[in-house]
Amino acid sequence: MDTKKEKFPHGIPGYNLGEIEREIPAEDPPAWPINDELRVIGKRVPRLDARAKVTGEAKYTSDIQLPGMLYAKMLRANVAHAKILAIDTTLAEKLPGVHAVHLMHEMDDKDHLPMVKFVGQPIAGVAAESLDIAKEAIKLIKVKYDEKPFVIDLEDALDANAPLVYDEPIAEQRDGGDVGVVHDGSKGKGNLRGPSTSSFWGGPRGDVEKGFAEADVVVERTYRTQVHTHVPLETHGVVIDWKPEGMTVYASTQSTKGVRDELATYFDLPKSQVRVICQFMGGGFGAKHSAGTFGPMAATLSKKTGRPVWLMLDRQEEHLAEGNRPNSLHSLKIGAKKDGTLTAIQQKSHGTAGVALGAGVGRIAQILYECPNFTTEQYDVLTHAGPGAAWRAPGNVQGAFGVEQAIDELAEKLKIDPLTLRDKIDKSDVRKVERMRGAEKFGWSKRQPAGSSQGPVKKGMGMAQSTWPRFVHLDSSVEVKLYKDGAVEVRSGVQDIGTGTKTILAQVVAEELGLEVSDVTVRIGDTVFPDGPASGGSVVTGSITPPTRNAAYQVKLKLFDLVAKEWKTEANKLTVKDGMVVHMDDSSRKMTFKDALKSLRTGHISVLASRGDDYGGFQQSWGLAYGDLGSVQFAEVTVDTQTGLIKVDRIVAAHSCARPLNIGQLESQINGGVIQGVSYALYEARVMDKGTGHFINANVDQYKMPYAMEIPEIESILVEEYPAQSSTDAYGIAEPANIATAAAIANAVYNAIGVRIFEIPITPASILNALNKDYE
Amino acid sequence: MKNDKDKSSKNAGKGNLSRRGFLRGAGLTTAGTVMLNSSVLAFESQPATGKAFGPDAVTIEMKVNGELKSLIVEPRTTLATALRDHLGLTGTKVVCDRGACSACTVWLDGRPVNSCMTLALDVGSRPVETIEGLAEGNELHPLQEAFIEHDASQCGYCTPGMIMSAAHLLKTNPNPTLQDVKKATRGNLCRCGTYPHVFKATLAAAKKMK
Ligand code: FES
Ligand code: FES
Repeated sequence: MDTKKEKFPHGIPGYNLGEIEREIPAEDPPAWPINDELRVIGKRVPRLDARAKVTGEAKYTSDIQLPGMLYAKMLRANVAHAKILAIDTTLAEKLPGVHAVHLMHEMDDKDHLPMVKFVGQPIAGVAAESLDIAKEAIKLIKVKYDEKPFVIDLEDALDANAPLVYDEPIAEQRDGGDVGVVHDGSKGKGNLRGPSTSSFWGGPRGDVEKGFAEADVVVERTYRTQVHTHVPLETHGVVIDWKPEGMTVYASTQSTKGVRDELATYFDLPKSQVRVICQFMGGGFGAKHSAGTFGPMAATLSKKTGRPVWLMLDRQEEHLAEGNRPNSLHSLKIGAKKDGTLTAIQQKSHGTAGVALGAGVGRIAQILYECPNFTTEQYDVLTHAGPGAAWRAPGNVQGAFGVEQAIDELAEKLKIDPLTLRDKIDKSDVRKVERMRGAEKFGWSKRQPAGSSQGPVKKGMGMAQSTWPRFVHLDSSVEVKLYKDGAVEVRSGVQDIGTGTKTILAQVVAEELGLEVSDVTVRIGDTVFPDGPASGGSVVTGSITPPTRNAAYQVKLKLFDLVAKEWKTEANKLTVKDGMVVHMDDSSRKMTFKDALKSLRTGHISVLASRGDDYGGFQQSWGLAYGDLGSVQFAEVTVDTQTGLIKVDRIVAAHSCARPLNIGQLESQINGGVIQGVSYALYEARVMDKGTGHFINANVDQYKMPYAMEIPEIESILVEEYPAQSSTDAYGIAEPANIATAAAIANAVYNAIGVRIFEIPITPASILNALNKDYE
Repeated sequence: MKNDKDKSSKNAGKGNLSRRGFLRGAGLTTAGTVMLNSSVLAFESQPATGKAFGPDAVTIEMKVNGELKSLIVEPRTTLATALRDHLGLTGTKVVCDRGACSACTVWLDGRPVNSCMTLALDVGSRPVETIEGLAEGNELHPLQEAFIEHDASQCGYCTPGMIMSAAHLLKTNPNPTLQDVKKATRGNLCRCGTYPHVFKATLAAAKKMK
């Protein structure tokens, strides 16, 4: 590969900005300067699709209506553990308006009726002329169960006599979304699986026993977090039209490519015959990567009836069966010397992802701070409940809740300010700057000693921080097309799940071509275009914007070749500026970009580019980039010690995503991560009835989430950082925004009342209990 | 807890009045009362007059965004379903289908209601306005403009309901405070967490509309 040398901005403006020389592929564009010197990158650019959203024109999967379309509904188990003895669909099939009934298990094993392992497990599907008829029809299906004992509680499931979720051996290995912590189902016995003891950052290090022996102070605590669900406002679902020549799938998904691949494999079709489209998506937060069971069901019903089938889950089904963040019972022991130097971290956790694997506490304890001696043991506990799924920074949110409280306790024992202690043990430059800028904006210097707030209504301040890797999805491709009439188009299979992907692609192309954002048409969310990354792990921006810029740059060079021929000059003498192609040596020689395109001999020219390796290489060749996405969040709370009521008054969230692309969208995502963090810390929880195995608040009215009245004031700080790793040097922010919030709030609650709470959600009852215990 | 058990396992069969059905019945009564107390009754051509409908589908007329539409609905058809599945007005979203999230907010007779808790047959001659009718032709409502400018939608699924709640506030209160905006949107769930930008956008639109 031909390479060239190129100088890039490097470091953090206002702190240590410098320059670095990189050897980069010869066909890649020159380095962009920092955002201050760019036109549309790093600015507040309105979303390209905002108009469609505010007018109601945006068509989400749930809004798709095709001629002849049928509505489908799934029947789900209402017992937690049973053998199915018989399923009788006669009455349902006879109901007028019903076109097809299909049994779930017939897709895999026609001859054996299945076992039910959780309330909400799909059993059958019905396609009918209206949703009301479909709902009525599934009530007519009779299922005979042979009910078995079940277990839904984490600790009960560990009992030697607990009913087993799987009595057959488990082969499954799964990364649970916390990427790199492998959850190995074949290890362990009974309902206890694992442990996972390593991540892609390695396994245990040093000697923890020795580390604790060297410690002057030790903090040893157990933390608990709850199971909570994603509650995307648009539920999981698809509309599938299966014609002889292939199927068209409208999917509410975080991965058009993923859904296509699953359905193609499932039905043994070439990938070219499964087209997956997702133009607007009503929220996913990690749970919407798969075709699920509803995908194959809708496809089968469409095949059986020869008609398009709409199958969106209802709110209860969504809660029961389409993912949740597993709980955690998380023990941490941390030792430190008098000066704060950490000597050992020992971590052990249990969590349940229901019938699935993937309940860990992530990598926060392993990598956030320097510590020579470390071990972790993360166990999965199987229970008869709906499967967990990746949920915004899987594992790491649970982990941070413990680690960041333990570090605060350590600081208190050492009589060091929590920020000062972190300055000592955290080697990240970005977080250092975030602590500085955040503390100033927040007014950290006004923080009082824990429990010193006077009167019954107490104020408290706390902070916490986090790390998330810079992942890149290498299978990310994009095409940039210039049309003879002047039109510019970007095409990729990548979907915009509300994060603003469409808009940043247009910004990148507009910046490169010297055009306005509105000059660029973005067509994404369709597998007829080149495969884009899945929207998970905060990978999209880092994966798809560099090839987008590269493709725009290369197609621009193609255009320059044509113009140069016409102008009888060298292509490398040309540049673009304000919608014009300009000669660098003679600025009077110019023409509009649009006119320049008239010289095309074909209707369009285009370049397709894929994500290459990072400049300077990867830490790990599969796409783990150098550096991390660090964040520091500060929380101010008010706690009424008479009622136990807690209000989060203010959050200051200092974040980094390397080069920020769209400020408004980034702020929106930070707000979202913080608000979900507030919700996790104070409000929401899946409530299970141990007697029936039912999820009893599987709705919106009893599943408490924050609404307008509970929203704190949120101020965000974006710390620009230029690592010089790609042609855009940009990364996402979705996961980082959600990791530290709950811990920051817990630390603030402690600061307010002087009693520490080790379990979320922190409810008024838990505040009063903690205060009473303290009083006793 | 015991009740929950009973509900989920034993009473799941056909013919029982589900809680939802009960609530919807209640919704009907309340709406009926409102109609009786208001002058719209003078224009009533259909329900709330004691006439019984069903169980079969009937043809009704409904005034939606200024246009009179004719549609065939069953007695159980909600206004949300009528708008979405019968009239193709899918801007109105159904999220909880239970009156708990306000995603389905439309204006009925000028007032915001949850269309998932309103039966289509109960609308009568009262005008319905949906998100699709808020802009004047190509010209967006100032609140829609402000939502765009302040990035007040992320996934956008809550946005139509959020706008219908907030736009109603602007109609009735030209000088809203932050607290007023919060109150007006307090029933609207947004899982993406757009609230801070929704507040900003609504206050900015109020200023512009003066
Ligand atoms: S869908 Fe009507 S209030 Fe939630
Ligand atoms: S923008 Fe996604 S739910 Fe509000």
